[in-house]
Amino acid sequence: MTLMERMAMTDQPLLRVEGLTKRYGQRIGCAEVSFDLYPGEVLGIVGESGSGKSTLLSCLAGHQRADLGRIVYDGRDVLAMPETERRRLSRTDWAYVHQNPRDGLRMGVSAGGNVGERLMAVGARHYGEIRGKAADWLARVEIAADRIDDRPSAFSGGMQQRLQIARNLVTGPRLVFMDEPTGGLDVSVQARLLDLLRGLVRDLGLSVIIVTHDLAVVRLLAHRLMVMKSGRVVEQGLTDQVLDDPQHAYTQLLVSSVLQV
Amino acid sequence: MIRIENLSKSFTLHNQGGAVIPVMAGAALTVGPGECVGLTGPSGAGKSTLMRMVHGNYLAAGGSIRVGELDVATAEPRQIIALRRQVLGHVSQFLRVVPRVPTLEVVAEPLLALGTDAEEARERAAALLRRLNIPERLWPLSPTTFSGGEQQRVNIARGFVHAYPALLLDEPTASLDAANREVVLNLIEEAKARGAAILGIFHDEAARARVCDRLVDVTGFTPKAAA
Repeated sequence: MTLMERMAMTDQPLLRVEGLTKRYGQRIGCAEVSFDLYPGEVLGIVGESGSGKSTLLSCLAGHQRADLGRIVYDGRDVLAMPETERRRLSRTDWAYVHQNPRDGLRMGVSAGGNVGERLMAVGARHYGEIRGKAADWLARVEIAADRIDDRPSAFSGGMQQRLQIARNLVTGPRLVFMDEPTGGLDVSVQARLLDLLRGLVRDLGLSVIIVTHDLAVVRLLAHRLMVMKSGRVVEQGLTDQVLDDPQHAYTQLLVSSVLQV
Repeated sequence: MIRIENLSKSFTLHNQGGAVIPVMAGAALTVGPGECVGLTGPSGAGKSTLMRMVHGNYLAAGGSIRVGELDVATAEPRQIIALRRQVLGHVSQFLRVVPRVPTLEVVAEPLLALGTDAEEARERAAALLRRLNIPERLWPLSPTTFSGGEQQRVNIARGFVHAYPALLLDEPTASLDAANREVVLNLIEEAKARGAAILGIFHDEAARARVCDRLVDVTGFTPKAAA
């Protein structure tokens, strides 16, 4: 069975979010967010600083606890499961790519070690196999084989970000959270990373939730788009439809504010 | 294959006092398998708006747009994504690609997304690029640096690399020289012969006369001004 056939057969969402709400005292972090994410789908979340998109992502990934609502992953209620089980999920099925690679990498450990470490966390013990798999993943993210023993501190920003992606994907996750993954990178490096991410999503059938303020990035990467303002989702739909025919006043303002190049 | 009924569209400009601009009402047309229907009417009459609605790029205000089994006007985003992948091809006037991706990959991508074997996808992309006279030395380069005519031919190659049962063509022969125009018209005729339903905008009158079986004037879909 091809990947496409498998995806066409999955009529169940991989992730179902219902009424997710997080408050900081009186202030709303995010409120009443609901959506479904299917296998192989990339969902973009856009909005200005303070719109709640990062709060939402961290609640989804379990870095913060939501006050209300439900997160159902692959039929399992994530907020109701024991902490150990949730941790296991975030080591195996889930991955989280930070905006700053320094937050997602161990800077004092070699590139190969960074990738191998995540494998060992899920029980891999055979040194040769771990190193082989790490080398394979470094190649997939276009890091030269002779850099495997170098520390990430000796890498450029773009290489560090690609290393972080390799570290995250080596365990074969099905759901990847990304917080501004192209944020701090030069545009030429961004393009290469976008191409890499698109290929990985297509070839591995990954589901991705990507938070960004860059509308050009979501246009090229996301199938669907959610627009947030003041903690709430004001509009969601097909990415190009939301960008080309925005319905909500805020989305119209956001789209019309982008500088043309 | 494509059946549009009582379709309407308006734009609400929230940042300009909430002005509501009705742009289309009562639009209806059908395109059967093997048929090519051309949209006509002056600039601004709504040809592109109608095409964009069929593609799911603009939301419909009312009515239905059946493409195969799916009503695009009411479909979920994921259904439209699947439709675009498998059923509905689109050649727009603009090339939107990730910078730095080689032309050959850009053209092969629709096949890769369908799960076609990578080698076969590249072979089919190469055959089409060759036919459209894109020199092989350009294939490893990103099309973002190409001339307008070359970009258009890359777009056409992308739109014809998979045998979509339905196709939207927005001025496919604009800015092409005579030889390449002939190649594109042949591609359209071949698509019709294999049963594709084609809806297009052709300002090139000779091309329109050659490939279109029927014409639909969209000025008939302009909303009547409120009395």
